[in-house]
Amino acid sequence: MFDFIKDNLILNDPLIIGANISIVFTVIGIVATLTYFKKWKWLWNDWITSVDHKKIGIMYIIAALIMLFRGGVDALLMRAQLTVPNNEFLSSQHYNEIFTTHGTIMILFMAMPFLLGLMNVVVPLQIGARDVAFPFLNNLSFWSFMFGAILFNMSFVFGGSPDAGWTNYAPLAIEGSPGPGINYYLLGLQISGIGTLLTGINFVVTIIKMRAPGMTLLRMPMFTWTTLITAFIIVFAFPILTVTLALMTFDRLFGTHFFTLTAGGNPMLWSNLFWLWGHPEVYIVILPAFGIFSEIIATFARKTLFGYKSMIISLVAISGLSFVVWVHHFFTMGGSAAVNSVFSISTMAIAIPTGIKIFNWLGTLYKGRIEFTVAMMWSVAFIPTFLIGGVTGVMLGMAAADFQYHNNYFLVAHFHYTLIAGVVFACFAGFVYWYPKMFGHKMNERIGKWAFWFFSIGFNVCFLPQFVLGFSGMPRRVYTYGPEDGWTALNVISSVGAFGMGVGFMIIVYNVYYSYRFAKRELSGDAWDGRTLEWATSSAIPPHYNFAHVPEVKSADAFYYMKQERKESGKPEKVEYKPIHMPSNAGTPFIMSGLFFVGGFGLVFELWWMAILALIGIFGCMAYRSLFSHKQDAGYYVSVEEIEKTENPYKREA
Amino acid sequence: MIILDPKGPVGAVQKDLIMLSIYYMLGIMVVVLSFFTVILLKYRSSKKDSDYKPEMHGSTKLEIIWTLIPVLIVIALSIPNTKALYELKEAPKATAHKDPIVIHATAADWKWIFSYPEEGIETVNYVNVPEDHPILFKVTAADSMASFWVPQLGGQIYGMPGMVNDLYLQADETGTYDGRNSNFTGEGMTHQKFDFVALEEEKYREWVKDAQENEPKLTEETYEKLMLPDTVDKMTFSSTHLSIVDHGKNSEYAMAIREKYGVEASSHDADKDAESSHGKHGDMEDHDNNEDD
Repeated sequence: MFDFIKDNLILNDPLIIGANISIVFTVIGIVATLTYFKKWKWLWNDWITSVDHKKIGIMYIIAALIMLFRGGVDALLMRAQLTVPNNEFLSSQHYNEIFTTHGTIMILFMAMPFLLGLMNVVVPLQIGARDVAFPFLNNLSFWSFMFGAILFNMSFVFGGSPDAGWTNYAPLAIEGSPGPGINYYLLGLQISGIGTLLTGINFVVTIIKMRAPGMTLLRMPMFTWTTLITAFIIVFAFPILTVTLALMTFDRLFGTHFFTLTAGGNPMLWSNLFWLWGHPEVYIVILPAFGIFSEIIATFARKTLFGYKSMIISLVAISGLSFVVWVHHFFTMGGSAAVNSVFSISTMAIAIPTGIKIFNWLGTLYKGRIEFTVAMMWSVAFIPTFLIGGVTGVMLGMAAADFQYHNNYFLVAHFHYTLIAGVVFACFAGFVYWYPKMFGHKMNERIGKWAFWFFSIGFNVCFLPQFVLGFSGMPRRVYTYGPEDGWTALNVISSVGAFGMGVGFMIIVYNVYYSYRFAKRELSGDAWDGRTLEWATSSAIPPHYNFAHVPEVKSADAFYYMKQERKESGKPEKVEYKPIHMPSNAGTPFIMSGLFFVGGFGLVFELWWMAILALIGIFGCMAYRSLFSHKQDAGYYVSVEEIEKTENPYKREA
Repeated sequence: MIILDPKGPVGAVQKDLIMLSIYYMLGIMVVVLSFFTVILLKYRSSKKDSDYKPEMHGSTKLEIIWTLIPVLIVIALSIPNTKALYELKEAPKATAHKDPIVIHATAADWKWIFSYPEEGIETVNYVNVPEDHPILFKVTAADSMASFWVPQLGGQIYGMPGMVNDLYLQADETGTYDGRNSNFTGEGMTHQKFDFVALEEEKYREWVKDAQENEPKLTEETYEKLMLPDTVDKMTFSSTHLSIVDHGKNSEYAMAIREKYGVEASSHDADKDAESSHGKHGDMEDHDNNEDD
């Protein structure tokens, strides 16, 4: 046992030792704080076992911010290494591990949970529901994501990180990469993938079945629409990932030959399967981002969304196309001219619905009264920057030209322009916009603007030069280059930009603290004069049952028209409260996900006894859940008294 | 920006296509950004006198227009792209009267091996060709999936174990062009480079003759050592590995050799036996960077 730990704990790299020490201190700090303030019970009852979608959403977002920090540090280490030629700051192996974890974490453990978090907080409120369709499952989703993320993240201090890129191409990831690193990748993604798939199912059902009376599909807010389409893509795409990861896990652990060089394995199959999931995955993260921008632009242009129906049609078109473009990730694999032509056309065709959306956002701004709040600034900045990402995407989609762009910095710049200007801007915009809904106060606008300018200017300074580096022939994933390559100046500029983005992120974190201390507390649920139902709650932070009285929806932009009606008719009529049925907390998901973690760890290090015991435990949890579900699902009633107390703050004591 | 300054017909086709797409894209950006700027300036909330229409839902006419224009642009770009794809599958037209020289390019962690079947020559990490002459590369790999790329001469193609991809390249001017593997293949990928040397026809023939007469034969043992993961110096032989193994059909060869020598791919704590046991480390300028602490 001691030998096992000694062999795997990484102690030969000063950077990682530093990380080890800080992790130990952080854990001690957290445990001590919780114990000192006697918060363990609070943590268990109010958060860990909570099935409240708003709390689960907040936990997702906190996890995403931590992962953004980790992925961001990875990015800065890479930029530090590439700033000057022949740099010896990082070794090749270390650099390879860092770009692998950077990519994997940013997509799967940052972008995904951030968006899932915002969906969790907002979507049930937007459709006038009291929770998601399957609250127990929702808790399980979060914890399996979380434990998958923890498993993946511990690789760098214990056993070594995966080092075959986030795409994890075979045969490099099988024959070319011994050690536990790739196992961490396979198991970490597998476990968190369970959570994502469950969330997909949960939101499909929630949006289809739980809408408030009167909210027809064509009255749903755009963010709810994008969530619905995204959930469908998840349900269709994630099983591919599950199977693909499982096959490679078999290859690595049990000696099968699906993707191996030997015994008739086919490494190219991995590339195809990976991108069959991977390309839809890109749209899983970008479509909710489009939804967030749609909400914010309509709110702060003080106008209804332009071209609502064409927005939906283009959403559906994008989701369909997302499944038929995967070959563009390897035009260079030697497909026939006909195959490459077809996939070029399907790829470029995505520009059409995306273009429609861009023009519709411009149409929304047209003849509006634009207020440049921080959330709006992120959303407005998205348009020109994402445009650059979009047009370079079309350029990359032309297969004959892609032979030159493939695997070089032009590509790197392109996908950062779509993923940062699209997804990260949206996450920040949504975070700021719905912050009062989550925490009862706004984030400081002045500090927020500083963060915006640092991050967005830093972003362009970082990635615009990389287009040029691509034209100069700099391949991605190289850990160094020579002075004779002539890439130095642009790399220096790029690193400066990356540093600016880091500063921007730190300012956002500081703003969380500053606003917690000093921001004015919101008195109503409608912080921004919003248009959709999430702003219709009686208090800034909605009560756990969301709506004392389920609102009746008469049009799109439901809340906007409710407010107008109320203005005309004077005071809202008094409503009779009825007891509200709410789901009870659940501890099983946390334990079950913990067992997934233990079992995953056992598989990573081929400790079969551990894996088998955990598997038995997982089945035990399932059996427990099935046998006693009638008790667990019974839920409880919120009494009329309690509702009255919560809804009418003047009567509330203290 | 060497991709936009190609020195051969293949790169020129791609450059023309890239420039065409850049013009289109700049056009789109100018239009969208103009609208964007005007709208943002005109409809700020601080400008109270601007007309404000909160109930404007959309405009079918406008929405059709901004659907059709992108459709036309996509069609306009698809046609030259498809043409170029078919063109690139053939030998360059300008030199169609010359028979292409066939050279096998094989990636093995982390080196490039070039075999001239007609001439009976094999080189490692450099390839000599005559200028103004079409070359047909038969690209494959012994182990990891690599990508064969000479940016200034034309786009890349994957080399994959058990398969062969064809790629035509041609240099219109003499000179040494940087070639490399652009696909991630692990620790030594950064240094998996080669020199693509275009010589005058006469000098090329001299080099071929010289190599055939003066260079050693490629023994099976030497070739086996090339299968071990490492970076090596340039080498020249007067026979090819094609009689030893056909990587285009046999994807297991390199793995079998590694097993035979007891070498695993490198990882954190893999010892450096593999590296010291074979291949002389020559004067490759980047050799020092390859050492892992």
